[in-house]
Amino acid sequence: MAASQPPPVEIAPLRVLRADGTILDPEFIDSVPASDIARLYAAMVAQRVYDDRMIKMQRQGRLGFYLACTGEEACAYGPAYALRDDDWMFPAYREPGVALWRGFPLQTWVDNLVGNCDDPVKGRQMPVHWSARAQNVVSISSPVGTQIPQCAGTAYAMRQRGDDAVAICFFGEGTSSEGDFHVGLNFAGVAKAPAIFFCRNNGYAISTPYEKTTATPHIALRALGYGIRGQVVDGNDLFAVIKAVREAAAFARAGHGPTLIEAKTYRLAAHSTSDDPKAYRSREEEAEAAAQDPLPRLRRWLEAQGLWDEAREQQTQAEASEAILAALARAEAKPHPPLTTLFDDVFAARTPLLEAQALELAAHLSSGDSAYRASGGH
Amino acid sequence: MPTMNIIQAVNDALDLAMAADKDVVILGEDVGKFGGVFRATVGLQEKYGEDRVIDTPLAEAGIIGAAIGMAIYGLRPVAEIQFSDFIFPAYDQIVNELAKFRYRSGGEYPCPMVIRTPFGGGIRGGHYHSQSPEATFAHHAGLVCVAPSNPYDAKGLLLAALASPDPVMVFEPKRIYRGPAHGTNWSAHPKGEVPAGHYTVPIGKADIARPLRGKGIPVSLITYGAMVETCREAATKVEADGIDVELIDLRTLVPYDLPAIVESVSRTGRAVVANEAPKTCGFAAEIVALIMEHCFDWLQAPPLRVTGYDTPFPYTLEAAYLPDSGRVATALRSVARYK
Ligand SMILES: Cc1ncc(C[n+]2csc(CCOP(=O)(O)OP(=O)(O)O)c2C)c(N)n1
Ligand SMILES: [Mg+2]
Repeated sequence: MAASQPPPVEIAPLRVLRADGTILDPEFIDSVPASDIARLYAAMVAQRVYDDRMIKMQRQGRLGFYLACTGEEACAYGPAYALRDDDWMFPAYREPGVALWRGFPLQTWVDNLVGNCDDPVKGRQMPVHWSARAQNVVSISSPVGTQIPQCAGTAYAMRQRGDDAVAICFFGEGTSSEGDFHVGLNFAGVAKAPAIFFCRNNGYAISTPYEKTTATPHIALRALGYGIRGQVVDGNDLFAVIKAVREAAAFARAGHGPTLIEAKTYRLAAHSTSDDPKAYRSREEEAEAAAQDPLPRLRRWLEAQGLWDEAREQQTQAEASEAILAALARAEAKPHPPLTTLFDDVFAARTPLLEAQALELAAHLSSGDSAYRASGGH
Repeated sequence: MPTMNIIQAVNDALDLAMAADKDVVILGEDVGKFGGVFRATVGLQEKYGEDRVIDTPLAEAGIIGAAIGMAIYGLRPVAEIQFSDFIFPAYDQIVNELAKFRYRSGGEYPCPMVIRTPFGGGIRGGHYHSQSPEATFAHHAGLVCVAPSNPYDAKGLLLAALASPDPVMVFEPKRIYRGPAHGTNWSAHPKGEVPAGHYTVPIGKADIARPLRGKGIPVSLITYGAMVETCREAATKVEADGIDVELIDLRTLVPYDLPAIVESVSRTGRAVVANEAPKTCGFAAEIVALIMEHCFDWLQAPPLRVTGYDTPFPYTLEAAYLPDSGRVATALRSVARYK
């Protein structure tokens, strides 16, 4: 009983903006207010400054870990802009922009990087693993790909509840080898769930290049195997990303089911602060990729429209730098999450065992022989 | 009062829950049109539709992953894993996602849902239709784990699980689904009587499945699931030896009912703990450790465990592998006669 008309899989990359900043699809540009584009660009510039500063702060020992999205900003700010606030988003770990664009406070994001008392996840996870309930952005975990079937389930629930929302999840091309990719897309395909699977193909899974991840020329081609829509998009083209996600969302809202979007981009930075790409890729390759950088490309267009100039660029960067460093200083001045939070949220209420263990910990901390106290914990 | 077997009791609980709350959905392999390989969901798809009783693709990680996504959005999924032997493709989703969602999101994303899965041997299922993996889930913080041993508790615990704010795993004793012992049915058993309407059996509370008779050397016998009936049989066997057994059915493994265990063992001073799973790191090990920590001063004898052997679950030699009432009786005698 195969569907008589399988949804299309488009592998010619969707593009709106050429690398030189000229436009291929003027009609689409008309659908995005110019002031929004300038705001999106400013947010992406700020994101790059945040990433740059936080990597430096990690090197100075002020953060335990950091992971940047440099070169892939369009893959977070584009989808966040294209969707509605009641659409749910399941980020991996490289898309802080999806929440920041929706109003997740910068301070809260930095509080998570530090793991202090105002960290929404109460210092329970490594930096970069935040949660933003008020923005409908779901808690991040480390095991890659787990969010993919969850996104399918949330999309199912949206339709079941009669809500006209969609759910989107983000993951890397490396993650598309995990079983959860397969089971998630398959479930959503069968159920025709209003889901969008957004694969950031940035060329690498830590050190593993695309060629070692898969023999298929395009991740999006796998959509065929699930009977769902597939779309390759130039992930360095903010407009194209917005267009692709809008189309996928409209397709999903109309009841036609999920889309697998493959955004071709490049991870300009290291995988994380624990990585050094010099060990596995050439400077020439990096320089070639940098020429496709989504930020200068968008800036060229904005400048041609008279919507941006060097002064605004400088000002945006300076403000972002000041904001992030001030947020970090404030975050560092805050205390740890209260010790009692260690035993909370395991279950809705503490079990007797957890109550007993909380008392044990309190006794240990006052014993004078506690590593936590010795390390300066209070 | 109607008598039901465990399958009917589970079906009745699901039916009541689905009628009362349209957010309750069932998903799993063959649960819909067919009603499940053990028939626990029979008739429900017909009654509540394909969107609420979902025949899923054959992928356990997909069933649990999708159920998590449904639960955080506000549905109340009941996922069926056809046999607990096949739960491991979903182990990551259960252990790293479901168990941690509330904690890791600072309480922003609670994930209340139910996983039902038949466990244990005795149905000639060999390695892969017989295992008892409950301890591997009890080990991970964040999962409520229950294991009913009779129709009354199966319905009441499932309805309690459906009202719980936490993820609950229900390990169903498939060997006694249709009767407390091979070739019997539940109609003669007091816990085969199942009230028609809604009721709950509290999570975290053990049950005294057989009280002391007041004659002989008292021994606490602690177990759960299908082993309750095996242990009941053993208790009857050792009456002739002057041994008086208090049989405790844990019903909930996490959070376990420590007061009930301590109260019983401090009174009897002797304990045998049984589980069907292999011995090493089985749930009985945890109970024995608790007894040592909390009841040492009262103990008249070292507590003993009766468990499956530390081998994979066998096919032809199943009856030799499974802890039977004879092995439990031997342990009871040994503990009672310890000097
Ligand atoms: C299940 C699992 N295996 C391994 C890791 C370690 N790990 C973290 S990120 C990563 C690479 C992911 O690459 P990709 O999916 O392409 O995403 P990208 O980092 O490029 O954005 C690996 C192997 C993990 N987090 N989870
Ligand atoms: Mg990658």
